Amino acid sequence: MELHSLNITEAAALLRKKEITSRELTTAVIKRIEEVDGRVKAFMTLTPELALQQADAADKILQNGAKDANPLLGIPMSLKDVLSTKGIRTACGSKILENYVPIYDATVARKLYESGAVMLGKNNMDEFAMGSSTENSSYFPTRNPWNLDTVPGGSSGGSSASVAAGEGFFSVGSDTGGSIRQPAALCGVVGLKPTYGRVSRYGLIAFASSLDQLGPFTRSVADAALVMNVIAGHDPKDSTSINAPVPDYTKALVPNLNGMKLALPREYFIGGVEPGVEQAVLAAVEKMKELGATVEEVSMPHTKYAISTYYIIAPAEASANLARYDGIKYGYSDPAAVEMWDGYFKTRGHGFGPEVKRRIMIGTYALSSGYYDAYYLKAQKVRTLIRGDFDKVFEKFDAIIAPTSPSVAFKIGDKVSDPLAMYLNDIFTIPANMAGTPGMSIPCGFSNGLPVGLQILGPVLGEEKVFRVAHAYEQATEWYKQHPAL
Amino acid sequence: MKLSLEQIENVAHLARLQLTEAEKEKMREELAPILTYFEILKELDTDQISPTAQVIAVQNLMRPDEVRESASISEVLSNAPMREADFFRIRAVFTEEE
Repeated sequence: MELHSLNITEAAALLRKKEITSRELTTAVIKRIEEVDGRVKAFMTLTPELALQQADAADKILQNGAKDANPLLGIPMSLKDVLSTKGIRTACGSKILENYVPIYDATVARKLYESGAVMLGKNNMDEFAMGSSTENSSYFPTRNPWNLDTVPGGSSGGSSASVAAGEGFFSVGSDTGGSIRQPAALCGVVGLKPTYGRVSRYGLIAFASSLDQLGPFTRSVADAALVMNVIAGHDPKDSTSINAPVPDYTKALVPNLNGMKLALPREYFIGGVEPGVEQAVLAAVEKMKELGATVEEVSMPHTKYAISTYYIIAPAEASANLARYDGIKYGYSDPAAVEMWDGYFKTRGHGFGPEVKRRIMIGTYALSSGYYDAYYLKAQKVRTLIRGDFDKVFEKFDAIIAPTSPSVAFKIGDKVSDPLAMYLNDIFTIPANMAGTPGMSIPCGFSNGLPVGLQILGPVLGEEKVFRVAHAYEQATEWYKQHPAL
Repeated sequence: MKLSLEQIENVAHLARLQLTEAEKEKMREELAPILTYFEILKELDTDQISPTAQVIAVQNLMRPDEVRESASISEVLSNAPMREADFFRIRAVFTEEE
């Protein structure tokens, strides 16, 4: 087997047995990137020199025994370009940050460096994480490694494509309305959005602060647990970070579902879901029953209101967060502007791309005088009802099972001219962001040769339940062992 | 639910966004179905429901009032599009007519 297609668990074992070095592993992955990234386009910025330096440092520790070292020691990874990285350009998919080089590391980046992970570079993404296909990157679209004519999903499409294509063992992305789970589903990898506040958002370039959450992309569920063991936890630098102990997530990985109660919400199996997706998800449910779970149909009656709620709240928060792009402190500044107001209008008008402008307009409209109550306040109240649906289900059940995305990967260009059609793609992922609950997408089959994602949603801080369901199913099926031919 | 040109211009002004005439027209086209889609929320009676602004009920977080080292001037200014010596350079705030 080629080194680049191992998973973290396998690579870490080889490193510890001294059968390979981190330099060999890193060199193999850099070579893989050179071979395939011209077609996949998963990376915005590459840092091969830094990677080899970190690999050599990891090798020194490994040579000395590395008994207490983290399992991520010496493992090559990448980060979505939404995360600030000191000294490494961070453009967030936007021309307005084209030359931005942060002077500090995001907490997640710092923790991963400290664990000994090896930094390959930054992944392409939809501008300011706004999109479901990575076609909204101001630079270039990323392509799905399973079929280069299709999208990898979004907004963390670069992260999911890089992990699927063997261009790194894991990546960290962000999920505001499904931007980890949906691209994980479309690229056939594991993607976890943890509970809101479980992973520090310090150094994450904000889109919608009450919804954004960082999480891992990996090639197995056990790998996701290893990454979460490093990145989860309280951070005094993030005032919305949860101050609760972090369990060892690998302890949740048991091979059966005995005693687990799973809920199947009927509102997630509606018209518009592709037959191939529905079949694969329902077959997964049968498998879970075989593994010992009991499954019951439930109703989550406010699901159909989630998209409207999200597309009011997220743009409203975005319009406030993006007010900081004024062309003074950092980023693009329009050279033709003469006075202050002219500077703001031109810099923002020329610096932001079409989707970002559209959402700033929606958000500003929803927050403006006369419309605030009808749109923003109303949406915040409906958010309470959506959260209530989850609370009610989790009184009786351990986890919710649903499709991640209503369709498999669609063709590049197919939905760009219809924003509403693109927005509807997030219909099954958005409710979890509204409620702050964790959710994971894992591969559960193929339809038309493209991967199908199964979504497992857990209660707030119930990541261990999600890991247990995902791992038992994954180990019983082996979809995760499939790799795209590139 | 199509917005008027004046409404588009007003929202763009509030957002400090310069839009071309073509962009304004495109916004009118594209925002209409999205705003219409939002109408679905009217089906729900939310009079007695309190809003959720944030799902984790943390509030009034305090941290010790300690003196700490901040970033250096050169770091802070390292990404400034315009600078002069140790300052951000900005465009004129007041013009002669004012």
